[in-house]
Amino acid sequence: MSETAIELVDVNKWYGTFHVLKDINLSIQTGEKVVICGPSGSGKSTVVRCINRLEEHQKGTIRVDGIELTNDPNSVAAIRSDVGMVFQQFNLFPHLTVLENLTLGPMKARGLSKSEAEAKAMHYLKRVHIPDQAMKRPGQLSGGQQQRVAIARSLCMEPKVLLFDEPTSALDPEMISEVLEVMVELAQEGMTMVVVTHEMGFARKVADNMIFMDAGEIVEQGTPDEFFGSPRSPRCQQFLSQILEH
Amino acid sequence: MKRFLVLLLPFLVLTGCSSSSTWGWYVINPMTASGWVNVKFLISGMGDTILISVIAAVISIVLGLIVALPGLAKSRWWRMVNRVYVELVRSIPLLPMLFWVFYGLPIIFREMGMNVPIDPFWGAIITLALSDSAFTAEIYRAGIQSIAKGQTEAAQTIGLNYLQTMRYVILPQAIRRILPPLANQFIYIVKMSAFASVIGMQELTRRANELVVTEYRPLEIYSLLILEYLILVLIISAGVRWLERRMGSDERG
Repeated sequence: MSETAIELVDVNKWYGTFHVLKDINLSIQTGEKVVICGPSGSGKSTVVRCINRLEEHQKGTIRVDGIELTNDPNSVAAIRSDVGMVFQQFNLFPHLTVLENLTLGPMKARGLSKSEAEAKAMHYLKRVHIPDQAMKRPGQLSGGQQQRVAIARSLCMEPKVLLFDEPTSALDPEMISEVLEVMVELAQEGMTMVVVTHEMGFARKVADNMIFMDAGEIVEQGTPDEFFGSPRSPRCQQFLSQILEH
Repeated sequence: MKRFLVLLLPFLVLTGCSSSSTWGWYVINPMTASGWVNVKFLISGMGDTILISVIAAVISIVLGLIVALPGLAKSRWWRMVNRVYVELVRSIPLLPMLFWVFYGLPIIFREMGMNVPIDPFWGAIITLALSDSAFTAEIYRAGIQSIAKGQTEAAQTIGLNYLQTMRYVILPQAIRRILPPLANQFIYIVKMSAFASVIGMQELTRRANELVVTEYRPLEIYSLLILEYLILVLIISAGVRWLERRMGSDERG
């Protein structure tokens, strides 16, 4: 039985007069993996950032786990505790060790004791395959390791949904696979994921639903087979031919 | 240490001229009994100068942060509060503000039915702290704004609230950019504390003034006064440089 984890109904957003999101409708079931792609400036990151209120939408409804996202700080806090986020630039805290990066949220936001938080942190560091880096500072790690720490940091909050905003775009090519590998494992374990990425190999492997956005609209939506096999809109065909060429 | 000796040199040479008619270094010649009394009288103002400056600096550091935070808010109204405070306080010259605090503020308190006497000591501290807080607020704001926005966003996504984000994520990173200019600002406070003499605080400058009135030797006495401030400020700036070096070497690689 599947239930709706995230629901967007007629979501609109403007930056000043610039219409970034136009009537976005999207329904994501628990356990579903959604991959969003599209040219830069198409609004794909903005959709993800609206889901945990890093950006505000001006019209329409966003519901996460049945809670509607409003200006009420309680609703924002409730939704953020359900939703984890992995950023393009990792955004690890450079002044803290890897372990402290992971325990900060559980200890300060959830009130776990230090030993509980550290046990949890080590558990998730093992899951992203870098338990031996716990005492290092983020600056001493490679980009791929940093991004895996960032994934572990999100997992420590035990979110119901994990959002990824171009998680491999800032990485050197040889680091990309180690991060994607961790993401595939998460997907196989049943995590609900929304991933903004241009990694089409990853998309084919894990996506239940592919979304193509352009100019603030969802232009095309479908299973990977439909999406890659027979894209309907010319814009999506063109985009796919460009990124699949090399 | 070497630098102090070099600075002291012209002073010592001039002391040697004490027999000439234009110079009267005898007033502050520590070798004579009366000169030593005068020197002790002048130097004993050091304690109050330092005490006023340190207390004012501590208040200004706290007040500056409180003023800086609304300047970083999303809401325009909060930012307006910060702008008005900074622009207003920054544009008031220290001396008028000192008069206003020392002579004016007690009247306001009396009108409000409170009996809060303001003595020269606290009058000077309040004025210095108030005046300096506009500058420390700007230092905080610049330091905090220099930390990438992604840090705040990451803190929000792991459930930290505003104060926790500041305390555990932003301020620890911003502090190494804030501390050196903040320490620099302390030099400003030490120098401006001379104005406390005007409302009767017996710190360095006031004592020099009082001695000039009785001894009629302004050149020698004010020279010593300048030397006192010079030594004080040189010690502080050596401290600031040490701090900058330490902060710099701590920077992540």
